[in-house]
Amino acid sequence: MPSNRPTSRDLPGDNAWEGAPSSGALAYLGSQFNRHLRASLRRPGELLNPLVFFLMVVTLFPLGLGPAPEQLSAMAPGILWVVALLANLTVSGRLFVADFEDGSLEQMLLARHSLALTAMAEVMVHWLLSGVTLALVSPLFAAMLNLPSAGIPVLMVSLLLGSLCLSLIGAIAAALTVSLRRGGLLMSLLIIPLNVPILIFGVAAVSEAANGYNASAWLALLGAFACGGLVLAPLAIGAGLRISMDT
Amino acid sequence: MWSVIHKMGSPPWFYRFAGVFLRWCLPLALAGLLVGALWGLFIAPPDFRQGNSYRIIFIHVPAAVVALAGYYLMAFAGLVSLVWKIKMADTAMRAVAPVGGALTFIALATGAIWGKPTWGAWWVWDARVTSMLILLFLYLGVIALFEAYENKAVAARACAVLALVGTVNIPIIYKSVDWWYSLHQPASIKFTGESAIDSSMLYPLLLNIGAFYLTFACVVVLNMRAALMNIHRQSAWLTQELTHP
Repeated sequence: MPSNRPTSRDLPGDNAWEGAPSSGALAYLGSQFNRHLRASLRRPGELLNPLVFFLMVVTLFPLGLGPAPEQLSAMAPGILWVVALLANLTVSGRLFVADFEDGSLEQMLLARHSLALTAMAEVMVHWLLSGVTLALVSPLFAAMLNLPSAGIPVLMVSLLLGSLCLSLIGAIAAALTVSLRRGGLLMSLLIIPLNVPILIFGVAAVSEAANGYNASAWLALLGAFACGGLVLAPLAIGAGLRISMDT
Repeated sequence: MWSVIHKMGSPPWFYRFAGVFLRWCLPLALAGLLVGALWGLFIAPPDFRQGNSYRIIFIHVPAAVVALAGYYLMAFAGLVSLVWKIKMADTAMRAVAPVGGALTFIALATGAIWGKPTWGAWWVWDARVTSMLILLFLYLGVIALFEAYENKAVAARACAVLALVGTVNIPIIYKSVDWWYSLHQPASIKFTGESAIDSSMLYPLLLNIGAFYLTFACVVVLNMRAALMNIHRQSAWLTQELTHP
């Protein structure tokens, strides 16, 4: 796995983590963001994984619950959000693993800028490539489950904001378990209880909108959670990565 | 204040303190539990609507209260361990987790037993039941993370971060579950009004809550002492304490 992964040396003009004296925190964040984005885009197969997972699991529900359109459309908000949560769970476990295995993380620890900043660049890329793409494709899945069309814009916005929260929480758990060989099952135990509010807000927003009500209060709550997470989660992610590298 | 904290951080001092604490508080806690149980079972009057089945409240409520307080205590110990790097706080955090998890389980189990005659079902997705279930998951997460690490010093710091993240999240989880409940289900089931509890039931309940707190403290101190003896099994001070108490 680490062998075919592009490292900083393969990417031209990108040695920013050594900290060129003139580069500020924002420039550093930008260069880290670029590095992760390009590294991830070189493995397009992994980008599709959450979407394929989503498609597979969404297919299972009509098979399990029966194809009746009314029943599916009543359950669609819950199904879509639970599957989005699970799709996020499957990918966030790998979040820092590659950087940990090839030693990049140690270099980031030695950089002039805080580890939290570096980690945030990676989380943002992760969100962009898993959460945002999922939100963009979600109308397709909504149609498959017969979600009323009034719910679709709210579904997209709620997934956009909610997946940011999911990625931030997932990153905390990933940072704490990155040095463990068998972190997979542990990740779900750590993440799922913390994700409960996001699921509740997201499902409430979509079902209110699908029933023709105003969902803005729930979306505002998701936004508030995302803002709070953006401020607080980097502290926990940075601390978690530092602890993981002590082992 | 500071000297007390520093003393608390010294394993030999804590070992001796634990001995004194347990000698006085363990009998008191057990007596409290016994008196509370007898008072609750035999002296408190039956509820006019629920009859005798309400008596499980004398275990259910104290367990739930102490379980929630235990999580905050664990997170506080984690904070102390992260900020001041006091090893004893690690031990405390590790000692609280299984006790708190067990109390959460007791609260859930007694709730289910109480729910069967009162609500007609073992399990109801009530807001409080769901919150307690999530609290149990949070405890299990901390325990599982601690067990997953080989190096226990690192494990304690990882658990401290997790417990703090959980602490920030707990109020949000509780509030969101409240809203979820009010959104999805009409309030068909209500607790029989806690504020209106009669003093003949309130006093044994308060006694039981106090006894549960004290028992919790004793079990945590016992756990901590056992962990200390394990960590310092090679130390000279422990040999001396054990041979010349």
